Amino acid sequence: MAGLMVGFGHYTHAIVRGIPASLAKEALRSSQSEVDVVNARREHEAYVEVLGTRLGLEVVELPADESLPDCVFVEDAAVVCGDTALITRPGAESRRRETEAMKGALKDLNLNIVEMTDENATLDGGDVLFTGREFFVGLSKRTNQRGAEILADAFKDYAVSTVPVLEGLHLKSFCSMGGPGLIVIGSSEPAQKALKIMQQMSDHRYDKLTVPDDLAANCIYMNLPNKGHVLLHPTAEEFPESVKVFEKLKDHMLIPVSNMEKVKVDGALTCCSVLINKKGNI
Amino acid sequence: MTTEAGSETEVKEKAEESAAQPDRSEKAKEETQEVPNAEGEEKEKEKEKEGKEGKGIARYLPTWLKKQKSQSQTSPTKEGPPTEEAVSKVTQEEDGPAPEVNGHAEEEEEEEEEKEEKEAVKSEQVKEKEAESHSTASADTEPAKEEKVEESAEKAADETTVTTEGEGAEEQKKEQEGEEEGGGGGGGGEEEEEEEGHTSIFQSPLRLVRKTKMKLMACHVALLDGTDFTCEVEKRAKGQYLFFKVCEHLNLMEKDYFGLSYTDSHEQKCWLDPTKEIKRQIRSNNWQFVFNVKFYPPDPSLLTEDITRYLLCLQLREDVASGRLPCSFVTHALLGSYTLQAEVGDYEPDQPRPLDNVSQLTFAPNQSKEMEEKILELHKSHRGMTPAQADTQFLENAKKLSMYGVDLHHAKDSEGVDIMLGVCANGLLVYKDRLRINRFAWPKILKISYKRNNFYIKIRPGETEQFESTVGFKLQNHRSAKRLWKVCVENHSFFRLNAPEPPTKARFLTLGSKFRYSGRTQAQTRVASSLIDRPAPNFERTSSKRISRSLDGAPVINITEASSENGREPHLELQSDSKVKEVDLSPSDAEATPTQSLGASELALSQDHDKTQEDVLKHQASISQLKRSFMEAPPPSPPQPNQWEKRLTSSPATTIRIQQQQHVTTEVEIEETVVVQEVSIAPKPGLVTVTASSPADPPAEQETREQEVTVEEEEVVVAEEAKVSKQESVSSESESEEEAEYHPNVSVSICHTQIPEEKEEEEEQEEEAEDKTAAEQGMLPPDAPSLPAEVSQAVEATSQEAEEDLEAEKSKNAEEEKEAERGMEERTGDPMMTPEEAPNGHALPEESAKGMVASAEEEEEPTMNGEASLAEAEPRPQVICCSEPPVVKTEMVTISDTFAAQKTEIATKEVPIVHTETKTITYEAAQLDGNSDGEPGVLMTAQTITSESLCTTTTTHITKMLKGGLSETRIEKRIVITGDCDIDHDQALAQAIKEAKEQHPDMSVTRVVVHKETELAEEED
Repeated sequence: MAGLMVGFGHYTHAIVRGIPASLAKEALRSSQSEVDVVNARREHEAYVEVLGTRLGLEVVELPADESLPDCVFVEDAAVVCGDTALITRPGAESRRRETEAMKGALKDLNLNIVEMTDENATLDGGDVLFTGREFFVGLSKRTNQRGAEILADAFKDYAVSTVPVLEGLHLKSFCSMGGPGLIVIGSSEPAQKALKIMQQMSDHRYDKLTVPDDLAANCIYMNLPNKGHVLLHPTAEEFPESVKVFEKLKDHMLIPVSNMEKVKVDGALTCCSVLINKKGNI
Repeated sequence: MTTEAGSETEVKEKAEESAAQPDRSEKAKEETQEVPNAEGEEKEKEKEKEGKEGKGIARYLPTWLKKQKSQSQTSPTKEGPPTEEAVSKVTQEEDGPAPEVNGHAEEEEEEEEEKEEKEAVKSEQVKEKEAESHSTASADTEPAKEEKVEESAEKAADETTVTTEGEGAEEQKKEQEGEEEGGGGGGGGEEEEEEEGHTSIFQSPLRLVRKTKMKLMACHVALLDGTDFTCEVEKRAKGQYLFFKVCEHLNLMEKDYFGLSYTDSHEQKCWLDPTKEIKRQIRSNNWQFVFNVKFYPPDPSLLTEDITRYLLCLQLREDVASGRLPCSFVTHALLGSYTLQAEVGDYEPDQPRPLDNVSQLTFAPNQSKEMEEKILELHKSHRGMTPAQADTQFLENAKKLSMYGVDLHHAKDSEGVDIMLGVCANGLLVYKDRLRINRFAWPKILKISYKRNNFYIKIRPGETEQFESTVGFKLQNHRSAKRLWKVCVENHSFFRLNAPEPPTKARFLTLGSKFRYSGRTQAQTRVASSLIDRPAPNFERTSSKRISRSLDGAPVINITEASSENGREPHLELQSDSKVKEVDLSPSDAEATPTQSLGASELALSQDHDKTQEDVLKHQASISQLKRSFMEAPPPSPPQPNQWEKRLTSSPATTIRIQQQQHVTTEVEIEETVVVQEVSIAPKPGLVTVTASSPADPPAEQETREQEVTVEEEEVVVAEEAKVSKQESVSSESESEEEAEYHPNVSVSICHTQIPEEKEEEEEQEEEAEDKTAAEQGMLPPDAPSLPAEVSQAVEATSQEAEEDLEAEKSKNAEEEKEAERGMEERTGDPMMTPEEAPNGHALPEESAKGMVASAEEEEEPTMNGEASLAEAEPRPQVICCSEPPVVKTEMVTISDTFAAQKTEIATKEVPIVHTETKTITYEAAQLDGNSDGEPGVLMTAQTITSESLCTTTTTHITKMLKGGLSETRIEKRIVITGDCDIDHDQALAQAIKEAKEQHPDMSVTRVVVHKETELAEEED
């Protein structure tokens, strides 16, 4: 019997989106760097293959839109929890239209759609950390209080706490869930501070897995039938020290996923998919 | 205790007289006059009125007195001849209470009760009059009883908590009696109480002594299943009685999670205090209550009985349906489906139009067809589930909701932004709109207090933080602040303590309202319920009742009449109940009196506070651009840093230091210290948070003392050491009602408890309570300075303390070492204390202010200002710095909002350095025996009492030594006068000595030291 807040990490579907050529030049980025679209696409294909083929998720792949250079980062366009999907209002103006295709896809999956229509609200999905028991919403350049409030309204069952994001693009630029009650966190000072705040704000206890590199702290955790704990994490090539830490997770199926190109435009692993659980839902 | 009380009163009266405050003296006069003449009565009444009008005085008046107001007003028109009454009084005194005797008494009672009712409503003066005259007459006619009885009655009265609001006329008479007996002293609260006791001559004695009929009140209690339970309780019954009745009716054994609530005159829901009379709480004739879950068990599966879970379910269903417990569509549906399963059983496929069934029930605030369908769909999947199982499932899901068990209160942060404060099992949550913006777990909270409409929590410094911080919130009004405070106290006690703080035995040294949770804690109730040995009770599930409710008109299922049960029978148990009451309340007497003495000055103070607070707030706003930071209260309570600080100086530790002249208090401009061997205690106003004292030591020291308080109190009580102790008790009582403190301690080793006082019932004035617990535990080190109340209570029994006293005068240098020792001792002494708990900070609030608590930077910048001396951070009690830098006062900035905290680093740039000039004059009387210097002797008891008025702080240290078979009582009194202008030392000194002599004619003044400290200039760094 499905109940409230059970089955954290259970997913059946994933929504991804192609990489437009415009990504190379026009995608937003915090540092100047050249992106090789070909390599980026190759990486992305590998990523999608892991989700679909290796993990067996049903992958919905939305076509790239050249007018939306950042559209591959679907995570920012929607927050899905249970069978409710909140269509966000991305903080970057140029990305607002990314939600249209996302909304369509989510509707097709029969999710309850909640839209963020408030003109004053902004929210990027990358600022939303769902721990299984509650939400933490990073207040960043892309996400504001109002956006967080609307999220809280959409997911009334859960506590929604705000966490200031002082460095990095998103909250999840330096953290993510590594398992039920396990937060993977970067070791930078801002990351550690954010963790402290999260711990203080929470009624629940979280274990933490500290990795040397903030960017390496963005992983994808799943709990899949027949596979158990699965963790998609960056490769040793990129973050050798951090990978050593991941390798301590004995119970997890560890899947290194290369993300060398997309990271140049601030894309992390979680950014590239929206994960959905259709089965366990009530 | 009784005897003590009596003498206390007397002493106090004397003191008051000497103090010669206008109000009092007037009163005294009037009173004396009154005794002889009947007219006096009227005057007195007038006086009382005045008192009421003057807030200060009114505050001190016991509740019933206030209520008497109406009576007094009516009195002029009284039919009964005043003289008669007077006579009757006399008679009464002589005769003593006449218990039963004739049916007459009973009649009286009834009338009285009626009267009471009316009074409550404040209408019906006529009856009162009748009653009065009646009573008078009856008094005459009543057979005389022995004086003994009377005495006992008196005593009882003292101890009694009183509570006879309604017994107006008689009370008055009694008052007079009391006056007479009391030596014609001022009509202090105690006297009044006595009077009350007498009053009871007519009534209560009857009630007490024998079980007489009491007027029964019909109580209507709305139960969770939607039915009403009606029962009758004695009019004076306590909340507990009714609650037990209800639980009995419900067949509920795990009742500690529940409570009765009522709606007060401000339309606010309040919890009925089980330890107090119902009548005094509800303050109306509307005896309507609601049975509710008071503490939501975090894990309902740990409840022992299904019936308990069922009731919890009922509450939660209502919470969910009303929207109080928000949840998503899916959750609504899921919970609804379990409700359906529990109430109607398995889904019946054959049932025609099953949806009808569903839509008759209310599951959600906005229940849609879609939701009902979903509910039905889910219901199908629960097939085979028993009602108990369905309830369990319901609870398993409901308990995960983020707002489960969260009691929300509207508040504003420092910037006036609307927020919500949520009290729950884990602590205090801060919400802005739906977002959680901060959270303070119970273990993080050192102190909870309120003052007026401000609510403060003092936060334990984090691992990397050096300073505690205080966060303040503004509530709508003081009532809200108090209510929030009470809820916090109760929730903390229930969920975090192993046992509630036991009631204080001490009748003195109690300041203001000591409200504490009085029931069983969760830990206790779990133990208790594990012992429940009965077959699972059958209970009727009555969802149908709800249905009938929601549907207009068509009651599907009838409502069972719950009422009948306890209906008519006179409850014999009541008598015992009332007795208990009286005993409990006794403490209140003490409280009442002191208050009066404070009078006007206190009032002034509080106003002052307000002002200051405003200033502080403004100031803070400018200093820090902490957008989200909550209102920061300067030190916990007192908004007036300067005044308070100054006052603090008077606390023993501080004073000593000042004498050393090494430590300069910034704020102190002029300070005079007079050490006398006498005690005069002046009530101390509120909680002082600020300390000007040097960083490290004071906290420890004070703490120690406080810790010892308990012991001391007990001793005193046992030994009944006369005067001194009595006096103290009196003095310590003073409190402003508008504030209260509570120190959450997880492990309570020693406990003081609160005394339920009447003040709570008084109108808007609230009470203040303070807690001693904290102090005892050593867990809250830094608090001491901030808790004036505690300080005042401080007493010590340890030899070390004694030494300190003596040495304070002599060797000041050694002082710190001792303090250190003490600190250590304290630590070691307290078995409960773990290293972590040990006082870690020596941080005073102010220092913390300096440190600026910006959470972010603390680690990196250990050295901000003056922190050199602050060795805290880690629990290292022993390290008490001997080298303290000048104490400087800085603004206190607390960042309560995490966002702001991260963003902002604040450093105080301005460290005011104050130059002071000091001058010391010492007078020493020739001594027969070297008192302090002589042989050490054996310390019997020691206590410290602090009281304050606007610009005067009086600290009294009483030490009892046993020297060669003789017991010597040494009273050391420090008076700190602060002000901007010059003070006439001679006059002050003379006054002090005079007072001392008056108060303790049998003692001699041996030493006087005048110490003056003047602030010369202020610099900024």
